[in-house]
Amino acid sequence: MNMTGDIAILGYGLSAIGPGVGVGLIFAAYINGVARQPEARGMLQPIAFLGFALAEALAIFGLALAFVFKG
Amino acid sequence: MSIVALAAEGGAYETPGVADFWQPLIGSGAFAITRASIVILLSVALLSWLLLAGTKKLTVVPSKGQFATESAYGLVRNGLGRDIIGSHDFLKFVPLLFTMFVLILLNNLFSVIPVVQFPTMSRIGFPAALAFVVFAVYHAVGFRKHGFVGYFKSIIPAGLSIGLMIPIFLLELITDLFTRPVTLALRLFGNMFAGHLLLVLFIGGGEYLLLHGAGGLKIAGVGALGMGFVMTVFEILVQVLQAYIFTLLAALYIAGAVADEH
Repeated sequence: MNMTGDIAILGYGLSAIGPGVGVGLIFAAYINGVARQPEARGMLQPIAFLGFALAEALAIFGLALAFVFKG
Repeated sequence: MSIVALAAEGGAYETPGVADFWQPLIGSGAFAITRASIVILLSVALLSWLLLAGTKKLTVVPSKGQFATESAYGLVRNGLGRDIIGSHDFLKFVPLLFTMFVLILLNNLFSVIPVVQFPTMSRIGFPAALAFVVFAVYHAVGFRKHGFVGYFKSIIPAGLSIGLMIPIFLLELITDLFTRPVTLALRLFGNMFAGHLLLVLFIGGGEYLLLHGAGGLKIAGVGALGMGFVMTVFEILVQVLQAYIFTLLAALYIAGAVADEH
């Protein structure tokens, strides 16, 4: 079977798996924390978003590189 | 733009790509005035007017405009500035953080505001410039606070053995000089770029399917347009979140530079 297209886009798909799982875990932990201790919400929120931003950066790298290395 | 034009001519569907974001209006080449330049100038004018109007007649019982301005300012001043940088020296960074927050927020929201509908930050030059400002500020305050050698010393966590110091120092140096500014710019750029691309794909593609598709494809076009609406709502969430995250990270980097102990 012949396939045409760009393998860089596949690379982006692969690079999105890890951050996807990571972001899920971060918000799962955040929700758990707030459910157990609602008054800790203000303290947990910046930490959760910080973790989210750091995990997401990997997916963004993948996106940028997919366009950089696109044929 | 190109999709709508093509669809009107009845041509083949062209998937949106990087080229859709390069829209020079006046001139061409590196010094062209693009749609993004016009949008950011518009955002500065609009923000100046909004903030001046929101703070003109200050009353104890705030008007709607004053209340909105005060909530945005309060979020940045207390939620980001005071809680992250610390109550000792956060006040001098609040103007920078607030400017960053409202500028990015309005420019991101322009992505879905009718007529304008272009995210400025989807051109890498704009987030790169903002990230450079943050980069310059947190290193400048770090050097001023600790001195030249002291600042380099302060990036090593306390209580490390001699053998670990050098690799950790190198890692922290790469983080401070390279990873932080690059991720700061790329995160904002990538989110706005990918989000706008997604909207163009769903709405442009849906329009093409609806008007030029045969039979059952028209139904798929309605589905795609519906998805476009859902994604637009989701994008608004992402836009607000990215403005918040950019400011949060800027505050965090500044806090790291002015902290007494790393």
